[in-house]
Amino acid sequence: MTDSTTTLSRPGAIAVRDSFTYLLRAEWTKFRTIRGWAIATIVAMLVTILLGVYGGAHSQNECPSGPCHFILPTGPGGEAVTDTFYFVHRPLTADGSITVEVTSLSGVLETALTPQGPARTQPALMPWSKAGLIVTADPRQGSAYAAVMATGAHGVRMQWNYTGDAAGLAGRASAASPRWLRLIRAGDVITGYDSSDGTRWTKIGAVDLPALAPTVQAGLFVASPAYSAPVSSGISGGSASGGPTDATATFGRVSLRGGWSGSPWSGTTVGGGSNSPYATGSEAGYHRADGAFIVTGSGDIAPDVSDGTPIDGSLAGMFIGLIAVVVVGALFITAEYRRGLIRLTLAASPRRGRVLAAKAIVLGGVTFLAGLVGVAGAIWIADPILRANGNTIYPVATLTEVRVIGGTAALVAVAALFALGVGAILRSGAGAVAVVITAIILPYLLGAAFPVLPVGTADWLLRVTPAAGFAIKQTIPQYPQLAASYSPFQGYFPLAPWAGFAVLCGYAALALALAAVLLRRRDA
Amino acid sequence: MRHALNAEWTKLRTLPGTSWLLLAAAALTVAVSASAAAATSCPAGHCAEDPAKISLTGIYLGQAVVAVVAVTVISGEYGTGMMRLTLAAMPGRISVLAAKAAVLTGLVLVTGTVAVAAALLAGRLILPGHGIGPAEGYSALSVTDGPVLRAAAGSVLYLALIALLSLGAAAAVRESAAAIGVVLGLLYLFPIIAAVAGSPDLARHLQQIGPMTAGLAIQATTSLSSLPISPWAGLGVLAAWAAGALLVGGLLFRLRDA
Repeated sequence: MTDSTTTLSRPGAIAVRDSFTYLLRAEWTKFRTIRGWAIATIVAMLVTILLGVYGGAHSQNECPSGPCHFILPTGPGGEAVTDTFYFVHRPLTADGSITVEVTSLSGVLETALTPQGPARTQPALMPWSKAGLIVTADPRQGSAYAAVMATGAHGVRMQWNYTGDAAGLAGRASAASPRWLRLIRAGDVITGYDSSDGTRWTKIGAVDLPALAPTVQAGLFVASPAYSAPVSSGISGGSASGGPTDATATFGRVSLRGGWSGSPWSGTTVGGGSNSPYATGSEAGYHRADGAFIVTGSGDIAPDVSDGTPIDGSLAGMFIGLIAVVVVGALFITAEYRRGLIRLTLAASPRRGRVLAAKAIVLGGVTFLAGLVGVAGAIWIADPILRANGNTIYPVATLTEVRVIGGTAALVAVAALFALGVGAILRSGAGAVAVVITAIILPYLLGAAFPVLPVGTADWLLRVTPAAGFAIKQTIPQYPQLAASYSPFQGYFPLAPWAGFAVLCGYAALALALAAVLLRRRDA
Repeated sequence: MRHALNAEWTKLRTLPGTSWLLLAAAALTVAVSASAAAATSCPAGHCAEDPAKISLTGIYLGQAVVAVVAVTVISGEYGTGMMRLTLAAMPGRISVLAAKAAVLTGLVLVTGTVAVAAALLAGRLILPGHGIGPAEGYSALSVTDGPVLRAAAGSVLYLALIALLSLGAAAAVRESAAAIGVVLGLLYLFPIIAAVAGSPDLARHLQQIGPMTAGLAIQATTSLSSLPISPWAGLGVLAAWAAGALLVGGLLFRLRDA
């Protein structure tokens, strides 16, 4: 008999809440007191941390004088950037503008070193070779900038602060069809224009560079990124050949208006130095002929996606932990069927959907916490060790780091719930574990970790299978204005992080819903 | 021993799950292989593709089903309490395990042969249409070709060794879900950890000792020099894993109460 006053005030609510609390406590007691499950969950957590630390301790990046300490330049937005180019510049001390006519853009690439002899060069212009005008806060790497440029194969572009990109006129610059470029500075705002004849101008974009110093460096620049061509893909992950390239551009009819200082033009190799990326026999520099500037440069002004270890590089142990929690998740229900305990459970709590809900809450909560401790521990302990060993960690925003840690922990929990659902459907532990592991791990293995499938199939697999959820740990973004190998093997997932995670959640929700229906219909 | 074999064969034959699972193993192997062949194309005719390996991609999935069959041969009996009856009838535990291994190996060899032959046939029909055929200088996927025969026969042996590894793991762990977790973890995790491990040396070493990465080296017919381990040595590594699992499983099976 329930207490009469409570029964009178809110009879249903109190009784229901109490019984569900008891149900949660019952499921928590079952989970906690089965030694194997508790041990498996703790081992999953510890293995995630320890393997991350082990990997960090065994990744020495040695330079001649001890561990390397190469620091990736970062742009105004905190992202890693490449900032290497040849710069012909003058100080601009107030508002002003610069206009040029680009009449040619050509390039050479260095063929890879061969056993037959020294490297040779051959004419080739990269699609993203760039020649144009730039206004930059100062010539140090990672400075704020705005630029308008002719490119090898992407027409005229306006780009700013490494990640901004807007398209202008299409087509390549040549003597027959020159590309006129103009940058106008008014305070902190830089506006880019292009024209095919020097009289009719089109505005490409206006960029606000906040807190720009009164004196900036402005002028002509040329950059040409290194090329990379895949040679083979195979069991060890494929190989690629590549090498430096450089580009040469002719800038005619340079005209300056406004507050330019009286100092002469000077040439600077931004970010060059001893390991400059120039092709053999070529040198950065500029000379003037018939009033035109002929400038040769190499490098790129763009986001950097190829250097540095992403923060999820220390999460190898998470996969072992994932398998352990999948086994626990499946056993959480199938063990009850095997021992006949399910009949007792359902006799004590005849509303079967609520039993499944209580199991899901307990399992999800415990595995999320274990995942959170494991993943956060692996990243926060292993990354400083990696850095101390001379590895460069790809910089990420705090929110991204929170997403990777919280999202990966949630991935572990949702995988366990998926196993719970499949376990309730199949009522066989071996079947449930095999189904869930092959559904989550195998597509990731074949598509991303150990590429045996072509990129198109791998992308498709990582969209439609539960393995899409691994997208949650991608940290390096994909940029349309940067030519790179954006395959799953390189850590790029076809779906956005939360979209991929939603696919996995969809599978888990579907399995749990089907499990709830079957649990109600079938005899235990 | 003949009685033990007969008993195990009867048990396995009369369980409804066994034939369905073996059928599923073969069907999934062929389906995944054919899909991989259909998804691969080489328009220029200069790809570093290995036609035999593509045609046998389905083994990656088929082995999981074979592992489930092998695990249930032992764990299923523990789950239902049948094991006590089996051991009361045949107290020689090692001969029980040996009989189970023999019957299982025979079944998996038959299933594997059918699956591998069908997968190769599918590859032979599909791949030439995608620029990977004899016309472009690739192997014709005929079993009279030495390397292709090695890849095909090796894949069948691979499946049998996976079954024995799973049997040993199940005898050691007993709980079916945990045993299948251990087996699939051993198979799938080595290459994933190798891919995430920073150093190339460590990655290569992991691929040399991983049962799946080493064992499936047997499928390669081109660019053998870039393999982390040579084909037969790789299958040997898997055989060592299977022998180790059977040894540990057999020892625990003998020592523990059922």
